Amino acid sequence: MIDALVQPFIEFAFMRRALVGSLAISLTAPPIGVLLMLRRMSLMGDAMGHAILPGAAIGYLLAGLSLFAMSLGGFAAGLAVAMAAGLVARSTVIREDASLAGFYLLSLSLGVMLVSIRGSNVDLLHVLFGSVLALDDAALLLVAAIASVSLVTLAVIYRPLVLECFDPHFLRSVSRWSSPTHLIFLVLVVLNLVAGFQALGTLMAVGIMLLPAISARFWADDAAGMIGVSMVAAFASSLIGLLFSYYVNVPTGPAVILACGAFYLASMLVGIRGGVLWRLMPAKHLEA
Amino acid sequence: MRHRFTACLGAALLVLGVSMPAHAADKLKTVASFSILGDMVKNVGGDRVDVVTLVGPNGDAHVFRPTPADAKTLAKADLLVVNGLGFEGWMERLEKSSGFDGQTAVASKGVTPLKMIDEDGYRDEAEADHDDHDHDDHAKGEDHDDRGELAAGHHHHGDIDPHAWQDLANGEIYVVNIRDGLIAADPEGKAVYEANAEKYLAALKAENKVVKATMAALPKDHRRLITSHDAFGYFAKAYGLEILAPEAASTEDEPSAQDVANIIRQIRKDKIPAVFLENITNPKLLEQISKESGAKIGGTLYSDALSGKDSTAPTYLDMFKHNVETLNAGLSS
Repeated sequence: MIDALVQPFIEFAFMRRALVGSLAISLTAPPIGVLLMLRRMSLMGDAMGHAILPGAAIGYLLAGLSLFAMSLGGFAAGLAVAMAAGLVARSTVIREDASLAGFYLLSLSLGVMLVSIRGSNVDLLHVLFGSVLALDDAALLLVAAIASVSLVTLAVIYRPLVLECFDPHFLRSVSRWSSPTHLIFLVLVVLNLVAGFQALGTLMAVGIMLLPAISARFWADDAAGMIGVSMVAAFASSLIGLLFSYYVNVPTGPAVILACGAFYLASMLVGIRGGVLWRLMPAKHLEA
Repeated sequence: MRHRFTACLGAALLVLGVSMPAHAADKLKTVASFSILGDMVKNVGGDRVDVVTLVGPNGDAHVFRPTPADAKTLAKADLLVVNGLGFEGWMERLEKSSGFDGQTAVASKGVTPLKMIDEDGYRDEAEADHDDHDHDDHAKGEDHDDRGELAAGHHHHGDIDPHAWQDLANGEIYVVNIRDGLIAADPEGKAVYEANAEKYLAALKAENKVVKATMAALPKDHRRLITSHDAFGYFAKAYGLEILAPEAASTEDEPSAQDVANIIRQIRKDKIPAVFLENITNPKLLEQISKESGAKIGGTLYSDALSGKDSTAPTYLDMFKHNVETLNAGLSS
């Protein structure tokens, strides 16, 4: 049994690289996902996948099919959208979700128009997005580097960041770190997403960021606990997904995310903090 | 005096302007779905046709999304040339939305279609009516999303392989169908089309002989071909090769870990010398397979699209010449 679990990784380098890449993304994306969820920005990942198009298009127009140029462009576009959305949310009557929706749609349409005016036949995003089975050295280094940077940064800004999630006005009243913290967090989000898209593809990048984080809500009450649970859940799901793809011959990205999804449904039922099954069971009444 | 001069000038320009479209209308407006068909139509139609290609050089017809400009172009066309066999999943919707009412020529009519590689690694010939049944089902029943994906799974028994042009004998059938389509749309040009088609068919036949000879000269254990997606089935069958690909018939497919593992195992077991990139797919997966298995990258093949004018495969015949050269160099080492 153990042999069956370990053998694919012994035999094939691409499986080992997929595992290492998944480990890197499982360490860096779920904490960000937890914080996104707490700030009610959960759909940001999906929106970002579309918002980076004009940046990638401009990168392509300037430098051809250079992944570096397109990623850089994509990062710039994603950052611009995130910042603009954040700025609008903080200074007008529009809330975070609406402002993000507005800007990402703007960005997406701009990108589509740029691509079609230039008349290119290449499906840019198709080329830009990678696959967990095709992690070359550059992609692995990128994900690992982003993971290291994110974890250190998160550790540094952890306290103002969590406080900003729960009571932003208090933080603004006692400290001037409120806006910088928010900005740094947005940079981390876009960085992780763009790196994730390029290394692993949209489905895995966004899925690993959000699903374990959402599941973790059913297992812990505090942010630190949720972060811990989500990291473990993300890596376990990646492992299960990879093995499933190997033995049952299904595409890898969806397999990993379905594993995350299965954990999510299970958590919803039996999670110790708010699992549905526990709530259906009658609580003990205090008796004299 | 000035007014009279201006009036005469205006009248002259008006007459010129009115007569211009009359000359332009002499050419047959043809739309070809992708670059290989476009090249064939140019060769058969010659100066009598004005060809517009929807999926241009280096374009991926599997994931092509038509624009309103394409619909406008199609609406004005007299003849539409398509591949058929489920290659252009987006075509039916484009035809409906553009209101196209000209002639359609299906280039693959009369071609014996092949199926995709099934679970046992065999490739069967599809029965003719089974193919029609599949084709109609796919065209009407299934819900094609914008990317025109044909099949989700790799080992989907019964799906038709649309890349029939990779066999030059089928290429000849294509040319005959295109010629007949042109004659149906423009009966006055019958003699011209027949003459052009004769010449082009002769060139195709000659190239076919060369390809057969070159491929026959490859050593027996050096005949396995690994590319990104399963586009060379007809080539493999016609010229005696065997094909392995992580992605199935459409570039939209995501490979599974088992598929990649099987290919690497096969390369190691049979000591396959080279893998071949394609001009329309992301090279990363094949590069990873190449690094891990020791097979070198043999070069780039042109599978579903021609190259640009300044590159190595701007026409159908050039494409074949380039592909055969690259395969020969990669496989015979």
